[in-house]
Amino acid sequence: MSEKGERIICRCNEVTLEEIEALIEQGVTDIEMIKRLLRIGMGPCQGRTCLPMVISIIARKTGKSPDEIKLPATRIPIRPVPAGVLVGDMNEE
Amino acid sequence: MKSKAEVVVIGGGSTGTSIAYHLAKLGADVVLVEKGYLGNGSTFRCATGIRQQFTDEANIKLQKYNVERWKKLSEELEYDVNFKQTGYLFLATTEEEVEAFKQNIKLHNKFGVPTRLITPEEAKEIVPLLNADEFLAGQWNPTDGKANPFKTVFAFARKAKELGAEIYEYTEVTDIIVENNEVKGVKTNRGTINADVVVNAANAWAPIINEMAGLDKEFIPIKPYKHQLVKTEPLKEGQIEPLVCPPAWNDSYVIQDGEDGGVLCGTGLEHGPTYDVTPTYDFLREVLKWATRIIPALKYVHILRQWAGFYAKTPDSNPAIGKINYIDGFYIAAGFSGHGFMMAPGVGEAMAELIVKGKTHVPLDWEWYDPHRFERGELRSTAFQIG
Ligand SMILES: Cc1cc2nc3c(=O)[nH]c(=O)nc-3n(C[C@H](O)[C@H](O)[C@H](O)COP(=O)(O)OP(=O)(O)OC[C@H]3O[C@@H](n4cnc5c(N)ncnc54)[C@H](O)[C@@H]3O)c2cc1C
Repeated sequence: MSEKGERIICRCNEVTLEEIEALIEQGVTDIEMIKRLLRIGMGPCQGRTCLPMVISIIARKTGKSPDEIKLPATRIPIRPVPAGVLVGDMNEE
Repeated sequence: MKSKAEVVVIGGGSTGTSIAYHLAKLGADVVLVEKGYLGNGSTFRCATGIRQQFTDEANIKLQKYNVERWKKLSEELEYDVNFKQTGYLFLATTEEEVEAFKQNIKLHNKFGVPTRLITPEEAKEIVPLLNADEFLAGQWNPTDGKANPFKTVFAFARKAKELGAEIYEYTEVTDIIVENNEVKGVKTNRGTINADVVVNAANAWAPIINEMAGLDKEFIPIKPYKHQLVKTEPLKEGQIEPLVCPPAWNDSYVIQDGEDGGVLCGTGLEHGPTYDVTPTYDFLREVLKWATRIIPALKYVHILRQWAGFYAKTPDSNPAIGKINYIDGFYIAAGFSGHGFMMAPGVGEAMAELIVKGKTHVPLDWEWYDPHRFERGELRSTAFQIG
């Protein structure tokens, strides 16, 4: 719980349970749109922590089974890499 | 699902949702069908950039108008689409390019776009991390900008629904019904929708839709080319706010995401034609080689994500917008190359007005974008490409 008593679901982008539930209540139930409007799963952790929780929130709020909700695409690189490493220009380090 | 409407719009990207919104606003009974989720085509993969800096009259005029639309869009749609006028900064590496910049600036100024030539020192003031020593001059327009594609599509769709439009996601058009050269509706994987007007806003897939209507696939030769982006972890706001691009460096560009401050890096490397969107390693190396030369400090910044999408390209990189004369009631707005997101508000408005009123007040040069120009072998000057 944060100081304000909000429950953080996405730690990278500080998205709370309340924000996710409010969006679903407004009729946005597709994980792809929820992801993009709230930026869940788009931080450095690539959704590792938040996405399974978001799926269970959607399932609970919409009555869908969690299996029906597909995970959004995983993007490479799986772990953040400094750009200099990828261009082979970090020799001085 | 409705089985009848006045207009069916095919494709739920920035173009299709804008057309649907503007049609609903004019009181038309409109249905939009999208085969995946809204935005899943090119729109959600774009670099967010909005510019007026083209090299021809038609695109400059349309984009000048579009920036006026973007400025008021959040208010109009009652949803913040995060439009910001953070500018576009092109950088010259040779004297010839400086001369070309001067010509561009003259043309922009003629149509009221306040582009100006700036020194490398001024460029560095605008982009503090810039490797300004490598450049001779900048072509700078502070009134260009960026917006959030996710929120834009959502906002258009939301407002369209509020005005009575129906939007069906995960609904794929499988055939177009045409009788006696008149459009009668569309078949989808969820049933048939009868309509006297059908709009092809399927961009990279537009030739497949045209073929369903009985047209030759090459009639409007739009081809999908894979373009990619990488995005870094967030940087402090204001470091690389404008889109920064030295065209001579393989059309490479960097721009800070208007919302989270991560840097989007793109380059001219393309693959295709192909419908494959697998990210490639050659892109990663190419784009970062240039990005770290434009902004050396980027070397120390983490890359978080890489993805690919399509430039739906025509032979002159200008879209096909308008009526298809062979089939009554069949319209197209597709083939937007690297600049369809920025055009969405005005293109949607012009198309809706064309359909409902037969004419539009939007300064969109129908002749320039004429869908029939390709079969006449009549191309426009190539639209300036970058973001
Ligand atoms: C890497 C990259 C960077 C870019 N940067 C910029 C930029 O900075 N600024 C800018 O303005 N533009 C940019 N673009 C271009 C921009 O993304 C596109 O021009 C724009 O998104 C086109 O929007 P659209 O709605 O016409 O097409 P799309 O967003 O592709 O929408 C077409 C839709 O049609 C749907 N569809 C297809 N077939 C069917 C069918 N049979 N039935 C139902 N639906 C169907 C698709 O699923 C898709 O959602 C960039 C593109 C890429 C790839």
